[in-house]
Amino acid sequence: MANKAPQIPSIAELMDKIKSGKIFSEIAKEITESQLWTSTFRHGYADTPRNRVLQIASNVWLHLHPVKMHRHALRIKFTWCMGGITFLLFLSTVVTGVILMFYYRPVGEYAYYDLKYLQYDVPFGMLMRNMHRWAAHAMVITVWLHMFRVFLTGSYKPPREFNWVIGVFLVTFTLLLSFTGYLLPWDQLAMWAVTVGTNMARATPFLGNEGPFAEFVGVTPRYDARSLLIGGSLVGPPALLRFYVLHCIFIPLIAGALMIVHFWRIRKDGGISGPL
Amino acid sequence: MAQAATPKKKIEEVPEKLHVWPYLVRLEFLCALVVIISLTVWSIVIDAPLEEAANPTKTPNPSKAPWYFLGLQDILVYFDPWFAGVVAPVLIIVGLMLIPYLDVNPKGNGYYTYHERKVAIWVYCFGFLVLWIALIIMGVFLRGPGWNLFMPWQYWDPHKVVALVSVDLPYAFGIRDYLWSAIFGGGVLLAYFGIGTGAYFFLERKALKSVGFLRMFIKIQLALIMIGIVIKIVLRIGFNIKYIMVTPWISV
Ligand code: HEM
Repeated sequence: MANKAPQIPSIAELMDKIKSGKIFSEIAKEITESQLWTSTFRHGYADTPRNRVLQIASNVWLHLHPVKMHRHALRIKFTWCMGGITFLLFLSTVVTGVILMFYYRPVGEYAYYDLKYLQYDVPFGMLMRNMHRWAAHAMVITVWLHMFRVFLTGSYKPPREFNWVIGVFLVTFTLLLSFTGYLLPWDQLAMWAVTVGTNMARATPFLGNEGPFAEFVGVTPRYDARSLLIGGSLVGPPALLRFYVLHCIFIPLIAGALMIVHFWRIRKDGGISGPL
Repeated sequence: MAQAATPKKKIEEVPEKLHVWPYLVRLEFLCALVVIISLTVWSIVIDAPLEEAANPTKTPNPSKAPWYFLGLQDILVYFDPWFAGVVAPVLIIVGLMLIPYLDVNPKGNGYYTYHERKVAIWVYCFGFLVLWIALIIMGVFLRGPGWNLFMPWQYWDPHKVVALVSVDLPYAFGIRDYLWSAIFGGGVLLAYFGIGTGAYFFLERKALKSVGFLRMFIKIQLALIMIGIVIKIVLRIGFNIKYIMVTPWISV
């Protein structure tokens, strides 16, 4: 009976435990053997080879990794970390972008003033906007660098040809994501940059009203490749709505799906390429 | 069996295969930390631009596309929009996708090497660093009103007058008749691609068996288009030549 009562350790005992560091392992043990912990993580806590494997294999977020890898693939000098950083920047734009969506309305009358409101009145609104924009720009640069690295290491060669093709889709969608987002602030910079960009569609052979051979197809300024893109013959409110939907729903979904395939293929193609 | 290709630097007795947890995950974590902190600091210090509200009646001069497209916008000086804005991007995308299927050199797979694949590295670096990155830098910093070139210390004078006396190639050769101009220009183009293709097949005739006709054909067409872009830039800047071939439908 007596030994059931909780023991209060003496100060000296406690000091001893702190000094020897034993206190930490005891606390860790308390936590990692609790029901809360063991029900959350599907593997033991102890640093054993088995648990190292399970850390990756039994975790939904980490399991896109292989459980083991070649040591050369760890070298930053080899991968420049650029694929991973691109993905991280993509995730950053998703998080900050969703926050921006709470305040932004893709309507000609509102869009610009929603941005002003966001910048001057919303707590951390300016920071969210800045992070979204700079991460998007940075992502364009890192994806180019990633591609450059993959080229320089010849990692597109068999068996990774198909993953390179997916990569080219990814770099295209990265640019399109950035471009569709460029219009949304609905300021002078946005409107005219997108006007310059979408004017090109006017010149599409056969399908643009100013393109070569257009007269054989009969496209007009109101019905051609460009008007399909911007919902009219000028970059106006319909273009804003179209770009918003493309930017927030359509392209991120496709790009996200392609990224998953991209990562899956890295594993299936035998992990990061190497000199063996 | 694959032991012939031992890596140059022998690493001590550490196993060749490592656990991803903790070796990779901790690296990713550190890398993510650095990136997120840099992004946050950057975003605190520098504000994203927001100009005055969109105004369809007020066209800025110069109107620039987003910076990552400025290479293409610069090509517009030398080519009509159907090429610079539509065909060139499509060719870039398709050409990039074809790289693994065109480059059949088995060497240099999974490590850095210049000596084992010189041509491939040169072509990619030229396309990426010169035709893409250098043109972007020029577009961002040196293109001012009227898409004229300004040095960084020069004032962006919107009324800068640039004497444009460019003529078409057939005209420069004294041909004044429309039909003959078109025939002459078309002939020049055909000759360029024909002779280029022929010369390549002749020089690389030994590779034909191992590489294959279709591969070599596509490869040289893409290369000729890339070189052609450079030639047109040189012709325009050096000789004020606008078009090589002029027809009522399409001009190159
Ligand atoms: C949104 C864009 C992209 C993301 C998030 C992404 C992500 C990644 C990641 C995380 C890796 C692992 C190795 C590394 O970090 O370098 C990788 C490898 C790879 N990526 Fe990407 N990537 C993207 C775009 C591209 C592009 C544009 C290409 C090429 C056109 C490409 C081709 C490849 C290939 C071939 C590998 C395998 C490399 C090897 O085995 O050494 N990826 N990617």
